[in-house]
Amino acid sequence: MNAIEFRDVSLTLGGRVVLSGVSLEISAREFVGVLGPNGAGKTTLMRAVLGLLPSSRGSIRVLGNPAARGNPAIGYMPQLRSAAGAIRLSGWDFVAGVVNGHLLGMPFLGKAGRAEVDRVLDLVGAGELARRPLAELSGGEKQRLLLAQALIGRPRLLLLDEPLHSLDPHYQGEVVELVKSLQTELGIAVLFSSHELNPLLGSLDRVLYLGQGQAALGPVGKVITGPVLSRLYGSKIDVIRLKGRIFVMSGGHDMERDMHRHEDGPAHAQGYEGAPRDHA
Amino acid sequence: MLEYDFMQNAFAAATIVSIVSGLVGYFLVLRGQTFAGHALSHVGFTGATAAVLISVAPLWGMVVMTVAAGICMGFLGERLAQRDVAIGMVLALSLGLGLLFLHFVTSYATQATSLLFGNVLAVDIRTVWILLALGAVSVGALAVISRPLLFASLQPELAEAKGVSLRLYSVLFLATVALATAECAQIVGVLLVFALMVGPAAAAQRLTTGFGKGLLLSAGLALLEAWSGITLAFYTDWPSSFWITALSAGIYLFAILPRGGRGRAAVRP
Repeated sequence: MNAIEFRDVSLTLGGRVVLSGVSLEISAREFVGVLGPNGAGKTTLMRAVLGLLPSSRGSIRVLGNPAARGNPAIGYMPQLRSAAGAIRLSGWDFVAGVVNGHLLGMPFLGKAGRAEVDRVLDLVGAGELARRPLAELSGGEKQRLLLAQALIGRPRLLLLDEPLHSLDPHYQGEVVELVKSLQTELGIAVLFSSHELNPLLGSLDRVLYLGQGQAALGPVGKVITGPVLSRLYGSKIDVIRLKGRIFVMSGGHDMERDMHRHEDGPAHAQGYEGAPRDHA
Repeated sequence: MLEYDFMQNAFAAATIVSIVSGLVGYFLVLRGQTFAGHALSHVGFTGATAAVLISVAPLWGMVVMTVAAGICMGFLGERLAQRDVAIGMVLALSLGLGLLFLHFVTSYATQATSLLFGNVLAVDIRTVWILLALGAVSVGALAVISRPLLFASLQPELAEAKGVSLRLYSVLFLATVALATAECAQIVGVLLVFALMVGPAAAAQRLTTGFGKGLLLSAGLALLEAWSGITLAFYTDWPSSFWITALSAGIYLFAILPRGGRGRAAVRP
């Protein structure tokens, strides 16, 4: 059974066509990186899989059933919001608030609920840091807790929306490694959206590249090529491979050169990929 | 002091209202909607004065207006709740309308003062029973919706994906807040609802990071502030609302002091 199946799917958001006639299949134990410029529809695609956005055409099936809201088999990690920074609750309580959260009643957990919280915190290695208030954790530490929340209820498909966003390269590597090991250990499918390809290289099974309403799904070597990306960007794109890294260039200009991060030394040298992010 | 009926009533009303305020306020602070709560109490002033004008108990006017406004705000959701200008305008207009209604009432000054600043010592036994019933409704509603409400407050996108309707809980919660606000205004008045609803909850969230502990502490602090405020008012003959706001601010200040600074604060005169 496939984790995700798109049959001729079109997605429209506020009158704008985000995806147009896309068909694809992602199998049950696959780690797929979702890439593409801003506004290419990475988040929209995830919302459609979650059943929050009905397709304007075609059909979406998730783990064998039509996409529907409230599917307990999907774990979802939304982009980190700044509002979460003001929450004074401990990490443990932040994760615990998710358990059975869709049911009416009071949010006090029994033995089984507390064990579930401890289990997911152990999975992401956040048992210790979960004692501290959320507001005092770093971005990387918060990401671990968000990942723990996504794992509540033993999902078989994980949708991770930009987990690397605004993380230092060092933490980016840690997050990718963690997700990869969870994916292998739990035998689940993972959709991992990112602006940047290089931190994901080596962990990905396939890459799903979005752009101009279209999608290309396949191994990195086949999708991250000049002709394919030129079609998705709608302009001439060159792909340069250098020392195991991949740079996506448009007319000699790195499409995702981060402003300050990777200019501070060779250890941080990174190729970035996708569109500039400053007009999010 | 407890040999007086009016003191017994004051303590009973304060107990009910502070527990409701502490519990509801905890979620209000957690959701970052404190300004919305403040605005609701001002809308309540319009309702209360309108009720006075048509010779109905102000409490009912307040309940009807705040709950209606709370439901509207819940439906408008983020679009309105985040806009300080819109809320600020509603706030000013509400007070203005209230002023107009009072203009037509003969007992102008006393009514205005007790609505704006509260007069817990004037609460009669009948009002205590009404407050108890309204309080039971508020706390009961909160008990039923608190789990999905907490989920929607902490992680709205995930909650939505899991089938929690953000709008539904926003409406239900703001209606509960509105009810609590109307009750709270009986003790400290519409202008000072912040003191009892937000102060203890914000302090509690600074002092403990656990959800259950924070909720209890919030109600406990509100209770402590209300009781102490009335007691101090009895012995000093200063207004109880003053004492409650002073205690609320004092406890909040204590809570936000950095840990190293607490020792020094304790020896300060």
